Amino acid sequence: MNPNVVLSVQGLKTWFHSRDGVAKSVDGVTFELAKGETLAIVGESGSGKSVTSLSIMGLLPKPAGRIEAGSIHFRDRAGIEHDLAHASAATLRRIRGAEIAMIFQEPMTSLNPLYTVGDQIAEAVLQHEGGSRAAAMARAREMLERVEIPAAAKRIGEYPHQMSGGMRQRVMIALALACNPSVLIADEPTTALDVTVQAQILDLLRRLQEELHMSILFITHNLGVVAEIAHRVAVMYAGRVVEDADVYDLFERPTHPYTRGLLSCLPTDALLASGERLRAIPGNVPSVLALPAGCTFAPRCPLADADCTRAVPELLPVRPQHRARCIKVATI
Amino acid sequence: MTAYSSAEPLLSVRDLRVHFPTASRRDAPVVRAVDGVSFDVPRNTIVGLVGESGSGKTTTGRALLRLLAATSGQIQFDGTDISKLDEKRMLPWRRRMQIVFQDPYASLNPRMTVAEIIGEALDTHGLARDRREARISELLTRVGLNADHRKRYPHEFSGGQRQRIGIARALAVEPDFIVADEPVSALDVSVQAQVLNLLQDLQRDLGLTMLFVAHDLAVVNYLCDEVVVLYLGRVMERGPTREVYARPRHPYTRALLSAAPVPDPRAARKRILLKGDIPSPMNPPSGCVFRTRCPHALPVCAEQVPEATLVGTNHHVACVRVDELQNA
Repeated sequence: MNPNVVLSVQGLKTWFHSRDGVAKSVDGVTFELAKGETLAIVGESGSGKSVTSLSIMGLLPKPAGRIEAGSIHFRDRAGIEHDLAHASAATLRRIRGAEIAMIFQEPMTSLNPLYTVGDQIAEAVLQHEGGSRAAAMARAREMLERVEIPAAAKRIGEYPHQMSGGMRQRVMIALALACNPSVLIADEPTTALDVTVQAQILDLLRRLQEELHMSILFITHNLGVVAEIAHRVAVMYAGRVVEDADVYDLFERPTHPYTRGLLSCLPTDALLASGERLRAIPGNVPSVLALPAGCTFAPRCPLADADCTRAVPELLPVRPQHRARCIKVATI
Repeated sequence: MTAYSSAEPLLSVRDLRVHFPTASRRDAPVVRAVDGVSFDVPRNTIVGLVGESGSGKTTTGRALLRLLAATSGQIQFDGTDISKLDEKRMLPWRRRMQIVFQDPYASLNPRMTVAEIIGEALDTHGLARDRREARISELLTRVGLNADHRKRYPHEFSGGQRQRIGIARALAVEPDFIVADEPVSALDVSVQAQVLNLLQDLQRDLGLTMLFVAHDLAVVNYLCDEVVVLYLGRVMERGPTREVYARPRHPYTRALLSAAPVPDPRAARKRILLKGDIPSPMNPPSGCVFRTRCPHALPVCAEQVPEATLVGTNHHVACVRVDELQNA
């Protein structure tokens, strides 16, 4: 692993086994997350972005979900590399929450309704770092102040239902960051929030990242949010990363036909000024139970021909630090 | 976009209020979901109704179709106040006004086939009796579905296709007016574009008038001729979409537009970050409901409810400081 990289996922395949067959939710995901960087994983529903994050956290529903192939290398605080795809339960427990933390879309369902927010943060601190309860509560209060919850000393004794959606997401962030993790996985953290509150939370995450020098894996379906927060972007489609690039290249020189299609679906100011219509991608995302052979985007792709269905395309270089999973990359 | 018509609007809402009691006691506190909303929907146009959660946009849409009882106010539809009609006299008007719901999974009966779902709408109003099957096929084709799929059940379709079924059901009774309540918010981006293009085609080809309820500001800018911005049950600003987006005059509209993420990493972001959250509609602030989060609020804002002031053609702003803040 490159010394600058803190998390490296290579060839990850996570499948779910059920009566209906094998759902290949993640079927070849590769990316690297550097220190202090925000990598956005963007994709539509069923693209496998959330299953990727659950695989990293070791939170797959068992026994249906299994990592079938690939590796998830993580460098811990002491500089030791672990393959989380094959790590012991004890190792995962030590890393999860303390070194890699996660926040979810709906804070109400990830916070315990029966405990005060202060107790929940203190519990995480005690679990991972030990020490006295008073010290853990002091840390909880410090964290609530850090995420800019007004009157933190008072709100530390409140229950989640007494707070608004925006405040609850701040509590989730405080809880996730309480043990000073080096990687934060944020799975659609602003999707359930109103746009003015979303702006506050994105602003907060950006500032916290700078202060704490952490890496963020930001999972979202919203390309506007990607443009706001990401340094680098990995685009997922039907279980695979189909393009990765820095955020400027991705928006200014999108290469994979899916990325191009996704960007031209958006009602941007430029489109409005041109008076043109939205260019929708025809068809639907394929079922993970029956992925098309070869390139999974081929059935919807305007450039597809017989070659595209022969084999799964590799991630091919487009320019330095920019790859696309398309055999026609040279001609696009 | 449709040319602006000076004729009488198809729908005119005046001082609409919808209050929900929180308990059956007479003195129980009320939720003021909609609290004095006025706007027009001109014929053959699409008007966007935007706002964050709790702004009253969905309640407004449902109240003006009489799917919810209005507490007070007028709903003029094609010259008639329909707000107080009894159910029997309401029926002919119901045929002229339809709704498309947000969640295509929850708004179609899972035990009915597509043909039954659309046929039920025809039967309710006694339409196309002699050519029922032909009409159903026609409607399915019109919304871009395969007429051969009429015998299928909703679960056999994707989210986007289900939303097309919902649209076909609304069109079945040949309405003049459709409330589209967040019709694309539950859909993936690539499918959203398909449904938006369909709605635009239908509006143009069938001469429909539409109220498009949405929280996605970019979609409203693309689709709507006019926009109404709601906050905590009141209209903050309304006017032609292009003008409101280019020159928003209400401090809330300015903050809302500046908060919307733009899919361009080089976009200049001059963000107005609002403090705090939307207050509870059970206990809204006195005077201007936005004043508790407004960066320009003065003591006077707590005392009087601002009137809608005309600031341009059909462009109204409810802010006592609208003139001073013009260049702020």
